[in-house]
Amino acid sequence: MNIHEYQARDLFEKFGVASPRGKMASTPREAEIAAQELGTEKIVIKAQVHAGGRGKGAFTNGFKGGVHTCSKPEEIREMAAKMLGQTLVTHQTGPAGRLVNKVYVVEAAEIAKELYLAILLDRASSAPVVIASTQGGMDIETVAAQTPEKIFREPAHPLLGLQPFQARKLAAALGLHGSQAAQAAKLILALYKLFITCDCSLVEVNPLVITKTGDVLALDAKFNFDDNALYRHPEIVALRDFTEEDPREVEASKYCLNYIGLEGNIACLVNGAGLAMATMDIIKHYGGEPANFLDVGGSATKEQVAAAFKIILLDRNVKGILVNIFGGIMRCDIIAEGILAAIKETELPVPLVVRLEGSNVELGKKIIKDSGLAVISADSLADGAEKIVAAVKARAA
Amino acid sequence: MAILVTPETRVLIQGITGSFGSRHAQLSLEYGTKIVSGVTPGKGGQLFERVIPIFDTVAQAARETGTTVSAIFVPPPFAADSILEAVDAGLDLVICITEGIPVADMVRVKAAMKGSKTRLIGPNCPGIVTPGKGKDSQGGCRIGIAPGYIHNKGNIGVVSRSGTLTYEAVWQLTSLGLGQSTCVGIGGDPVNGTSHLDVIKMFNDDPETEAIIMIGEIGGTAEEEAAAWIKENCKKPVAGFIAGATAPAGRRMGHAGAIVSGGKGTASAKIAAFREAGIAVAETPSVMAETLIRHIQERKG
Ligand SMILES: Nc1ncnc2c1ncn2[C@@H]1O[C@H](COP(=O)(O)OP(=O)(O)OP(=O)(O)O)[C@@H](O)[C@H]1O
Ligand SMILES: [Mg+2]
Repeated sequence: MNIHEYQARDLFEKFGVASPRGKMASTPREAEIAAQELGTEKIVIKAQVHAGGRGKGAFTNGFKGGVHTCSKPEEIREMAAKMLGQTLVTHQTGPAGRLVNKVYVVEAAEIAKELYLAILLDRASSAPVVIASTQGGMDIETVAAQTPEKIFREPAHPLLGLQPFQARKLAAALGLHGSQAAQAAKLILALYKLFITCDCSLVEVNPLVITKTGDVLALDAKFNFDDNALYRHPEIVALRDFTEEDPREVEASKYCLNYIGLEGNIACLVNGAGLAMATMDIIKHYGGEPANFLDVGGSATKEQVAAAFKIILLDRNVKGILVNIFGGIMRCDIIAEGILAAIKETELPVPLVVRLEGSNVELGKKIIKDSGLAVISADSLADGAEKIVAAVKARAA
Repeated sequence: MAILVTPETRVLIQGITGSFGSRHAQLSLEYGTKIVSGVTPGKGGQLFERVIPIFDTVAQAARETGTTVSAIFVPPPFAADSILEAVDAGLDLVICITEGIPVADMVRVKAAMKGSKTRLIGPNCPGIVTPGKGKDSQGGCRIGIAPGYIHNKGNIGVVSRSGTLTYEAVWQLTSLGLGQSTCVGIGGDPVNGTSHLDVIKMFNDDPETEAIIMIGEIGGTAEEEAAAWIKENCKKPVAGFIAGATAPAGRRMGHAGAIVSGGKGTASAKIAAFREAGIAVAETPSVMAETLIRHIQERKG
């Protein structure tokens, strides 16, 4: 789960991570009032979407940049009018972009230096690792690719956590001295505490800045929470913004289905994440393009299969469906019945290929055959993929 | 010999009275596996299926029934505690089936297990099967949730992160008349107890295993590490498949993931590592067994 920058700022405040004051606004008028209340000489307005690269992004209405600095509240109102209700495209949103429903109006910091700071789980050491770099700002990926020596890593002890000396080491590596080093170390430890307490999987501050007056501040915040741990953080769950998520994914999550929409036209419905990925791969191998990833889990019910079909068909690009079930514990006859129930409810508008394997497979195939419905049956994973690709091509021709 | 478990292994089920745990304990019993005890706190003294004693603690179960291996079927909030309880009781092997354990819990469990004699497999895994000699491979040791009947006793070792993809490989082998020594699902979570490499080393040392299928997925670098070791040390033919070549990079928010991975962990990087190590790569998931057979024949020359 992700949250917005303005919500992250509240967490920063709670955990003592220094950052500038700001206010969220959802209308130009609110943005203007927020700017007046902040009362600083310079004010920054930032589009709130769950994606990075906003500074360098552009709106589909032609307006450039999701981050702007202004000196008058009226200007903030004008900027807000150009952002709110508009779609922002950045290198992380994909070409479709994201609708901006909120802006964050925040005190401008006088930046002397931009640094980079992040905490995330390191799979190799099975512990959190703090990452810092002197090359903060908007091009950190280039830094990682071209000058990896400018990126410092400090692994935390999995049981003891990040130690104060490690935070001091990082501050020194960032080239900081005196009060700035002390402020940076304090900020890093506070951020680590936040990361652990809230069960984050990623916290990224880019940029972490040194201001002209010598303060160390977090100017941006990207958060990612461990979905498995959300059950113990109702206060985080309350921050979830459904408008930032694909409606099909939201619908799928209601039925405990794992769905990710993609660009292709062949939908797939599979049990198990590994087999679901492998099914997408084999569709592509035979010249098709997968329309989605969909894992119905190891023990899907008739209702879940029916819901899965409906979600698949919400995607207008879908021109064919491949069902691939390795019914180990799940019985194939039950799956076949689920498929038939779903088709009866939804009226199948596209070719459907079904590959069933596992217990009661003969009975499952018979149920489908006897139904008289136009379901193409397949004997193996390869056979299923070839058949659906051929069926979709035949239709298009 | 097989690896990790044999038909003689005496197995405990933690969470035996839950719906998931009881169903799979039942299926394992039908397969012929020696399920000798169960643990559900508060239900000590009761019997499962009228014969298998249930205990309040793992320590009691270990002491009274001589169990050395446990399978965990408890819900995610309590799973970490259950793993540590099995470690404390001194079991040899703990197989955690539970899906959805918070990563932070696993980070702590893994660190706490350092220096203990217990091996953890999983979490979020289908478990282990060492097939037996009977009809539909019955009489073997089935721990976890894999369908027993797809197996066949033989000499191929199978290791995979994904459950259904393991079944796919096993079924392909069985359909082509080949059997398996042991099949190990190591689980899909980012922090797990046993890696591809750990299992590959065991297969390499196991006289009964003659060839290996290793199935991986995008993310992390566990497959690359196993491949590097295989290149230098593995005496046996290995075929592999990597799932996820067409998976979307995922909508990212920050940049840190890319910075950490530095280009590793993609399907193409893993496939390249496999090829470099002399592992025969199955082009599609539907030819994993065929690829292995061809590779074995080629090596025989
Ligand atoms: N409060 C602020 N005061 C002054 N400058 C700011 C402030 N907030 C952001 N900026 C400037 O705008 C740039 C872009 O803002 P920010 O990093 O928040 O958004 P982003 O482009 O989405 O980030 P990223 O590229 O890391 O995804 C920053 O690097 C910084 O130079
Ligand atoms: Mg930024």
